[in-house]
Amino acid sequence: MDTLLLDRIHFAFTITFHYLFPQLTMGLALLIVIMKVLSLRPGGEAWNQAARFWAKIFAINFLLGVVTGIPMEFQFGTNWSEFSRLTGGVIGQPLAMEGVFSFFLESTFLGLFLFGEKRLSRVAHVGAAAMVWLGSWISGFFIIVTNAWMQHPVAYRILPNGTYDVTSFTGLLFNPWAWREYAHNMCAAVVTASFVVAATGAYYLLARKHEASGRLFVKMGVVAGLISCALQIFPTGDLQGKFAAQHQPAAIAGMEGLFHSEAGAPIVLIGQPDETTQHIDNPIVVNKVLSFLIYGTTAAEVKGLDQFPRDQWPSALPLLFYSYHIMAGLGTWFLLLMAAAAFALWRSRLYQTRWLLWPILLSFPLPYIATTAGWMTTEIGRQPWLVYGLLRTSQGYSTHVSAGNTLFTLLGFLGMYSVLSILWIILVYRLIEAGPEMEDAKLAPLTLTA
Amino acid sequence: MGFVWFWIVAVMLTAYVVLDGFDLGVGILFPLLANTEEQRRLMIRSIGPVWDGNEVWLLAAGGTLYFAFPLLYASSFSGFYLPLMIVLWLLILRGVGLELRMHIDDEVWRTFFDGCFFVASALLAVFFGAALANVIRGVPLGADHYFFLPLWTDWLPGAKPGILDWYTVIGGLVALVALAVHGALWLAVKVSGDLEAKAVRAVRRLWPALLVITGISVPATMIVRPAVLNNYEHYPILFIIPVAVVGALAAMRYLVGRNALGAFLASCGYLIFMLVGAAAGLYPRLLPSSTDATRDITIQEAMAGPYALHVGLLWWTFGILLALLYFITSYSMFRGKVSEQDSGYGH
Ligand code: HDD
Ligand code: HEM
Ligand code: HEM
Repeated sequence: MDTLLLDRIHFAFTITFHYLFPQLTMGLALLIVIMKVLSLRPGGEAWNQAARFWAKIFAINFLLGVVTGIPMEFQFGTNWSEFSRLTGGVIGQPLAMEGVFSFFLESTFLGLFLFGEKRLSRVAHVGAAAMVWLGSWISGFFIIVTNAWMQHPVAYRILPNGTYDVTSFTGLLFNPWAWREYAHNMCAAVVTASFVVAATGAYYLLARKHEASGRLFVKMGVVAGLISCALQIFPTGDLQGKFAAQHQPAAIAGMEGLFHSEAGAPIVLIGQPDETTQHIDNPIVVNKVLSFLIYGTTAAEVKGLDQFPRDQWPSALPLLFYSYHIMAGLGTWFLLLMAAAAFALWRSRLYQTRWLLWPILLSFPLPYIATTAGWMTTEIGRQPWLVYGLLRTSQGYSTHVSAGNTLFTLLGFLGMYSVLSILWIILVYRLIEAGPEMEDAKLAPLTLTA
Repeated sequence: MGFVWFWIVAVMLTAYVVLDGFDLGVGILFPLLANTEEQRRLMIRSIGPVWDGNEVWLLAAGGTLYFAFPLLYASSFSGFYLPLMIVLWLLILRGVGLELRMHIDDEVWRTFFDGCFFVASALLAVFFGAALANVIRGVPLGADHYFFLPLWTDWLPGAKPGILDWYTVIGGLVALVALAVHGALWLAVKVSGDLEAKAVRAVRRLWPALLVITGISVPATMIVRPAVLNNYEHYPILFIIPVAVVGALAAMRYLVGRNALGAFLASCGYLIFMLVGAAAGLYPRLLPSSTDATRDITIQEAMAGPYALHVGLLWWTFGILLALLYFITSYSMFRGKVSEQDSGYGH
């Protein structure tokens, strides 16, 4: 195996694993703030108990986010040294800002939030929760700005020695790609958290234990879930798609499996792309919808892959196609499910409707899959470019690190992360089994907090 | 501009060593000082709410290095590939060990994570010391400013060095002993009773070792890299630094058992002066070449563009002031000795 391929797998694996944790913590941070605010109302003690319970789940995921995030920060240098050398003058900026502005904030206030319930006033404790939320969302912002520059480079110039230099700080931070990406991605984090909260509630109701908490969780998860799932598709997903169609047309053609340019292009719901015959096998299509989604008219011409030289096609075409379809397909399912659940909630029937609680329970892994698929779409769609239109992926990796060394560390991360996964499952399962009413003294405490 | 950013990165790394240093030190002493579960908990609690924030200095320093000196970040991170990856694994093990030991009340579970915490802390100290020694010794930079070092070759700092050779091992030992002392002094501030007495005793025992190994490291550096003295010869005022190191060592020994906080601050001073001394010897080089001085990576070559560095100075100053504010808040909320009754979120 060549080093480049190994480096790509190395990065893809470690970032995908890392992002399993922040997507929950960023969403959950918001929901915990809402719980804490609700707890301030008279008789809000149940919400406070809920917040305390989710804070424990948060803490475990935060820990795993931290320990898997540190390797990310280093990997740009270790595995992508040419990329780092060339672009550090631009994207080193948001990455450094993430450390300075959000990680300090988050780590401090998480300590206060988890540690200080007895020492802080009730309102100050809500404030600490809000700071944790703010820190995690600022962190997400800077990382998205970094990624957005790779997708859609702006505000740069090339210095005589070939490296990139930023020319406008605000231009970099307000990259038009970045705020679209940020909106869609943060919304996805709320989707993940909502599903996890709702599924835990559904489990309690189905298992007939901790039922009071179960009802609270289902209600919160379904309401937050309905809102975030709707925003996920429109306007945020729609905006991303339209913008990408303008600036990364080859990626969009690959995502949609559109080999040939077409006016009134159809949308492929299911099918298997075949790169050699340039054809979708067993397609199920809806006519003219793609043109409509991208340009707002059914007649517009959509550029197909035939418009681009072969060496600019996304390099893992079928994977791109499936990733995109999995994301969009799951997004549709989420909206349907949450709409049905919200309807039942409104008619006061949801807590008894077991056939609806079951899919809510079973769907909790799906937002993780959708989010991962969404990132695969973005990142694979960008190929063969590392920085779109400027720097090819094959020009960015560390040529001085041999394939053997890369494979060695990849295997090391595989082993390490397998162990972390097992620990995560054990610990989260224990907390959920113990339930929110569990007297804390019976659960061994978290030391981050102790 | 380059001068400013050189010292910014140096200060951030120093902050990392001084702050995360004491929690690494607590980890190194963990199995040696605590022999009851209660004492183990006390040790963990003495660093519980602050270790993660301390570690952020490493990340922030890494990010700042990336942004201010992209070439250095690219060259050193890929060249030190294996030790860095091992450091990452150790950081994972340590964080997990520290946080998860209390999650399940079971002896086997706890013992396992205690082991992770101890081993990872000790090895991290050694690796960090060896890393600094590698930078001082220099690496075989190619004409393209890149290099790659295996973990070890013949253990000699010659033309084909490895990460580990006799010189860098000395560096690792200095860090191991210095951080163990630093951790013990922190414990003396934060805990009371039997454990406090043990911490003080540990400092008294380790201090001669620290003195000796620090003493050895100085002539060793002269042998391996005589050029570090150039700056000192040009600016004799710099000789204040080694004097300050000796002063800090003496103060540490005198104050331990008398004034816990004073002794801890003396240890902070020791670490700061050691690192500043190294930085002063390197400047204006960032990473010297061990084979050919024309290939040294210097500030001038590695610096990012002027606009980035200017804007960076604005947000960096603002961000670090905020960070200091957070640190003051959390350390003052957490001041005083930790006791068994203290506990976290509703525990
Ligand atoms: C819960 C997760 C989730 C769901 C249900 C959806 N997405 Fe998504 N999508 C993401 C999670 C996500 C993501 C992981 O968060 C991405 C990756 C980068 C980003 O900003 O968001 C993403 C990226 C992303 C992109 C960018 C691709 C590129 O950059 O080339 C587009 C065009 C869409 N999405 C479109 C949609 C549409 C039309 C959806 C409607 C069904 C949809 N997404 C549902
Ligand atoms: C700001 C955040 C991110 C940055 C800066 C970033 C950057 C990169 C880089 C440098 C590579 C390696 C070069 C390449 O193969 O393209 C890469 C590849 C990849 N990243 Fe990202 N990434 C980010 C977020 C994510 C997230 C959150 C995920 C997934 C959950 C992800 C998934 C992938 C995948 C799957 C690849 C491999 C693509 C391929 O090799 O075809 N990325 N990304
Ligand atoms: C290449 C990309 C990435 C890098 C270099 C990276 C780096 C890191 C690092 C170093 C940490 C530990 C922080 C600490 O000590 O407190 C961390 C945690 C975190 N990361 Fe990432 N990360 C990447 C991708 C992402 C993405 C795509 C997101 C979300 C948009 C994200 C969001 C977070 C959040 C919110 C945390 C805080 C820990 C938590 O809440 O679980 N990261 N990341």
